[in-house]
Amino acid sequence: MPEAPPDEEPALRVEGLDVTYGRAVSALRSVTLTVPHGQVVALLGANGAGKTTLLRAVSGTLRLHRGAITAGRVRYGSTELDGRDPVAAVRAGVVQVPEGRRVFAGLTVDENLRTGGLGLGRRRPDQVAEARDRVFTLFPRLAERTRQAAGLLSGGEQQMLAIGRALMTAPRLLLLDEPSLGLAPQMVYRIAEVVREINTQGTAVLLVEQNAGMALSLADTAHVLEVGEVRLSGPADELARTDAVKRLYLGETTDDTATTGTDTTGTDTAQTAARTEGQGAA
Amino acid sequence: MTTFLDNVFNGLALGAVYALVALGFVIIFKASGVMNFAHGSLLLLGGYLTAVLHDDLGFAGALAVSVLVTAAVAGAMDRFLLQAGGGADPHAAHVQTIVTIGVDILILTDLSRRIGGDLLSLGDPWGDSVSGLGPVTVADSRIAAIVVSTVVIAGVFALFRYTSWGLSLRASAEDVEAAALMGVRLVRIRMLAWCLAGALAALAAVFLAAFPAPGLERTTGQIALKAFPAAILGGMASPPGALAGSLLIGMTEALVAGYQSDLHVLGEGFGDVAPYAVMVLVLLVRPTGLFGGKAAVRV
Repeated sequence: MPEAPPDEEPALRVEGLDVTYGRAVSALRSVTLTVPHGQVVALLGANGAGKTTLLRAVSGTLRLHRGAITAGRVRYGSTELDGRDPVAAVRAGVVQVPEGRRVFAGLTVDENLRTGGLGLGRRRPDQVAEARDRVFTLFPRLAERTRQAAGLLSGGEQQMLAIGRALMTAPRLLLLDEPSLGLAPQMVYRIAEVVREINTQGTAVLLVEQNAGMALSLADTAHVLEVGEVRLSGPADELARTDAVKRLYLGETTDDTATTGTDTTGTDTAQTAARTEGQGAA
Repeated sequence: MTTFLDNVFNGLALGAVYALVALGFVIIFKASGVMNFAHGSLLLLGGYLTAVLHDDLGFAGALAVSVLVTAAVAGAMDRFLLQAGGGADPHAAHVQTIVTIGVDILILTDLSRRIGGDLLSLGDPWGDSVSGLGPVTVADSRIAAIVVSTVVIAGVFALFRYTSWGLSLRASAEDVEAAALMGVRLVRIRMLAWCLAGALAALAAVFLAAFPAPGLERTTGQIALKAFPAAILGGMASPPGALAGSLLIGMTEALVAGYQSDLHVLGEGFGDVAPYAVMVLVLLVRPTGLFGGKAAVRV
């Protein structure tokens, strides 16, 4: 840790948050939620519900999308994060893994990992080595490919690299935006394991997912966003049993979905396909 | 044969100097997505400073001051003019490119007023001395151009490769948002890139004004325009491409000028047009430039 935290167990607190894009489009309205220290919190919702916007508000990248916080506050522990730049978030120990992996394709795996420390200024070599060891323990496959261009990795490996890159900042809170997007079911399972492992090591996780089955199986608490507002909140296992969530996010039928996530695969791939088409058109 | 070797050597020297300028274009483009049309003016500013200061400070001192000041002007231009509207908005590059045209006019007008019709000497130590290099006789200034450019360019490539500034620059050139999320200070990284490009331009001015050129004149900055096709045909965002493009342009210019009498069907002064002709030909075959386009990406 670069500096000792003023409070022992910092939590992310988002209070009454309003976010507007281009001064016109309201994306979030009075959103309040908390990510306690060391917990996994899932954020569910359809496309356009505002999940990614919330992450951007925390990580300080709204400005890159012409968005701004118009009301409310974002704090991590005692650090104010609203209106700050991403460097402030990274320094406070909060780092976001963007949707769609976004690894630096032309850089090697090793260089990608090195970027995940640029915000912390000069660090002692042993701190960097320690962070790297942790990443390579979690993702042995990356250790075998340090000299390879990141663009040549498979989708799953790229997701691992994106998470590993973020872990290089030694975060206390990891913001994960759709880590399962576009991955094979087996890889989704692997990513879920990794998230659990990261959390066990003491890092809190705010997990944004379309794959509600996977997210609810991992999370302690969960929130459902609909058109910019929090509709449902509660312990993840309770939410998984509510009718609305079952119907909308888990598919109507069964009970054993929460553990494997297989039941949602149909809707998930459909959404993924629609999303890919959208990107192609843009 | 001797003529040929002469021409090749001249081409190499020209290419080395163009590379300093083209590399500046590329660094700026990579860092900010802006085509810096004020680059020629920055080059002229650097040359002018060296010219007026060398009597008092000596050549080395004048060059050092000129490099630093030009770097500072370029950096300030980016930081306080181009990035003024709220930092790293990735969509603003086109507007900022237009702003550089305005800055170019401002700097160029003022320097033209100061220089007038004069030919300024930069007081470089090589003068008009020549050396015999095997069968060919070459100007010392050109040997210096090749040596200095090679060392400086190697240094710049090392910066790209081994420093955290270089890593930040390459990362943010690939994906601004992902780089920002990792805590890269986009505003600062970008400003430093402009500083570096300005420094390279000031250095290049020395060799563009040195023998066999008559000295620094107010049109010297326009020579930067020849490095522009070099940067484009190299791929605009690729430093190695800028290097290859510059050598190609320099060589073309030297050979066309050297064999002018055999090429008279093309008319007088084809050497000035040749860089653009080469650029068009290369782009016809490779629209993204020699080193441009996506590198290895798995879909």
